[in-house]
Amino acid sequence: MGIPNGPRTWAESKKKRIDTLAASAGRSGRGEGAGDGPGGPATGEAGALKGAEGVSLLAAAWRRLRRNAVFLIGAAIVLVFVALAIIAPWIAPHDPAGRILVDQIRPSNPIPQPQPGFPLGGDSSGRDLLSRLLVGARQTLFVGVMATLGGLSGGVLLGTLAGAFGGPIDSLIMRIVDVMLSIPALLMAFTIAAMFAKPTQWTVIMAIAIVQVPIFARLLRGSMLAQRRSDHVLAARALGVKQAPIVIRHMLPNSFGPVIVQATLVIAGAIIDAAALSFLGLGNPDDRSPEWGQMLGKAQEFFNTFPHLAMWPAACIIVVALGFTLMGESLREALDPKSQR
Amino acid sequence: MGRPQSVPRRTAQAAGEPMLRVEDLSIKFVRRGQEPTIAVDSISFDVQAGQTVGLVGESGCGKSVTALAIMGLLPPRGNRVEGEIHFDGTDLLSLSDKQMRDRRGQELAMVFQDPLSSLNPVVPLGVQVCEVLERHKGMRHGAARRRSAELLDKVGVPDPTRRLDEYPHQLSGGMRQRALIAMALACEPRLLIADEPTTALDVTIQAQILALLKELVTESGTALVMITHDLGVVAGLCDQVNVLYGGRIVERADRFELFARPRHPYTNGLLASIPRLNSPRGQRLKPVPGSVADNIPWQVGCAFSPRCGAASELCRAEAPHLERDEGGAGHEIRCHHPVGRPSESADDARSAQDE
Ligand SMILES: Nc1ncnc2c1ncn2[C@@H]1O[C@H](COP(=O)(O)OP(=O)(O)O)[C@@H](O)[C@H]1O
Ligand SMILES: [Mg+2]
Repeated sequence: MGIPNGPRTWAESKKKRIDTLAASAGRSGRGEGAGDGPGGPATGEAGALKGAEGVSLLAAAWRRLRRNAVFLIGAAIVLVFVALAIIAPWIAPHDPAGRILVDQIRPSNPIPQPQPGFPLGGDSSGRDLLSRLLVGARQTLFVGVMATLGGLSGGVLLGTLAGAFGGPIDSLIMRIVDVMLSIPALLMAFTIAAMFAKPTQWTVIMAIAIVQVPIFARLLRGSMLAQRRSDHVLAARALGVKQAPIVIRHMLPNSFGPVIVQATLVIAGAIIDAAALSFLGLGNPDDRSPEWGQMLGKAQEFFNTFPHLAMWPAACIIVVALGFTLMGESLREALDPKSQR
Repeated sequence: MGRPQSVPRRTAQAAGEPMLRVEDLSIKFVRRGQEPTIAVDSISFDVQAGQTVGLVGESGCGKSVTALAIMGLLPPRGNRVEGEIHFDGTDLLSLSDKQMRDRRGQELAMVFQDPLSSLNPVVPLGVQVCEVLERHKGMRHGAARRRSAELLDKVGVPDPTRRLDEYPHQLSGGMRQRALIAMALACEPRLLIADEPTTALDVTIQAQILALLKELVTESGTALVMITHDLGVVAGLCDQVNVLYGGRIVERADRFELFARPRHPYTNGLLASIPRLNSPRGQRLKPVPGSVADNIPWQVGCAFSPRCGAASELCRAEAPHLERDEGGAGHEIRCHHPVGRPSESADDARSAQDE
C-alpha cells in the first residue's frame, strides 16, 4: 500500500487547521479586504493560538460555527470519510486486492453478485467491492490532500514573493499566473499528467498541484498587497523590524484565514480532478491499491449491465467533495468580516 | 550577545545645533495623469534634545506626512520629498533604506493614532515587544521577555507577565496604546513622534495617556514631536508649538506666548473652538468657519483667506511670508493682518520704527 500513513497526518493537521480557523472566526473581523483570487473576499486573522487565552477564543468561535448547520453537515461528512480512510485496512472485510470471488466469474455473468459476506458483491476481477471502496477512500483523500498541499505551497510561495516585493518580480510572477489561469484547469491537468510516460499516483498529484498553484498565488498576492498597506505593518516598520520578519511574522499569518478556506474548497476540486484523470487512464494503473476514480474507469464497460459498479465510487466522490465544499463555504462566510456585521 | 545592552548616546552637537532640524521640507504626491498634490510646502522647524514640540492643525494639513518623512516611512513610489531633515548632524533623507531601518526603533520612534490596528492581531503582545529588543539590543528571548514585562509595567499595564501572552484584541484601547508606547520607548530613542496618539481613545483615557507620555519623555530626556489637531493637548505638553495650515507653518511660538498672544486668525479660531471650564454656560463654541476644502493654493495667495474674517484683497493675491513677530520672543507668523495687540501690532511697530 504505497501511502505510508499519509491520511493520518492529514487528519491531524486538518483538525489543527480547523481549530485555528475557528479561533480567527471568533474575532471581530477587521482584516484588510484581501484576495482578488477565486477565493473571494474571505479575510481573517487566523494564527497560531495557544495558551489559556486561545481557548476562550476558540470556544467562542466554535459556539458560532456549532450553530451553522451547513458547516456541521460538511464537517460530519468529511470526518466520517477521514475516519473510514484511516481505519480502512482494519475494517475492510477482505483483502481489496484479493481475487476471492474469481471462481464465480463466468462469461455469462462477469460480475459476482452481492452475497453473504460480500454486501456489494465483487468487481470484474472478483475482488470485494466494499473493501475496495473503503481502502479507496484512503488513496483518494491522500491524492486530493497532497495535491492541495502541493498547490498551496507553490502558490503561497509565489504569491508571497509577488505581493511582498512588488515591482518586476510581481509582474513576472503574475503574468505566469495569468497565463496558467487562462488554460482550463482540467485540460492543463490532463496535459501535465500525459507528459509522464509512466503514470503513478505521484504524477497525478503533481499534475493537479500545478493546476492549483495560480489560484493560491493570486489569493496570497492580494492579501500581501493589502497587508503591505496596513497599519500594523507600518508600525512594525517604524520600529525598525527587518523585511524578512515583516513578511513572515506580520504579513503571512494574517493571510492564513483565506488560504485555509481556499484549501478546503480546492481539496474537493482536486478529488474530482484526480478521479477524472484516473477515469481517463492517466492515473495510477496499478489497480491492486484501489482508488475511486480508477474504479469508476474500470466500471465503464459495465455501465449498462451492472450500473452499481460505477454508482458506488461515483457517489463516494460526489459526497466527499460536497462535504469539503460545504465546510469551505461556511468557513468562508464565518471569516468574512462583511457577513458578520 | 556580542552587542552591548545599551548603545552610548552620541553627545549633543555643538551648542546651537538642534537635535532635529527640518529645513524646507516639501512633500508632493504625484500620480500619473494628475497634477501633483503638495501635502507639505517648505516646512522648517527645530527640535532640541529633550524638548517637546507640537505640530498642530486640522486634518489634512500635512502632519502625518511630515512625521512619516522624518521616519523614512513614506511609500517608496508616488511621492517626491525635497529639503533636508538633519538628525544629529546627518541628513536622514540621504540615508539608505538599511541605515534608516537601523535608526528606526533605536534612535527614532513613532506612536500612531489607532492602537488596535497598529498591533499585529495574530501575534501575542509579548512577541511584538520582544521583537524590538531582540532586533536592536541583541537580547536573547528570555532576557527580552523579562525586559518586556518591565517595560509594560512601567507604562502602567497591570499584570504585565500575563499580558505578554495575550493577543491585542484582548486588551483595552488604552492598554494597547500603553503597550505601543512601551514598544516605541523600549530602546530609549532620542526622538519620539506621537501622531495623534489619543484621538482614537476615550476622553478619560486620553488624559492618562498624555500624562504618561509627558512623564516618560521627561524622565528619559527623549524629545517628543506631538502631532495633534487639538490645542488642548498642546497646552499641557509642548514647549514649542508649530501651527500648520494647508501644508505650511502659519504660526510658531512657545506655548505660553501662543496661548497668551495668538496672532494668526487661524490659531485664534482654533483657540476659540476649545471648550473651556470657565466660559459661561450656554455659550456656544465657535468653530473655524469653512473647511480645508475651501483652500486656495499658497502659490496664489494666503490659503486660509477664504475662511478668514480679516482677509483683504492683498491676502487673496499674495501669500504672506513667515515672519518674526516683533512683539514676542521667537514668535513667528505668516499673515498680512495678524490679530490681537492692536496697539503694538507688527505693522504699527514697523511704522513706528520707520519714523
Ligand atoms: N499616499 C498618499 N497619496 C496621495 N496623497 C496623500 C497621501 N498621503 C497623504 N496625502 C495627502 O497629503 C495631505 C496631508 O495628509 P496628512 O499628512 O495625512 O494629514 P494630517 O495632517 O491629517 O495628518 C492630504 O491632503 C492628503 O490627501
Ligand atoms: Mg494624520
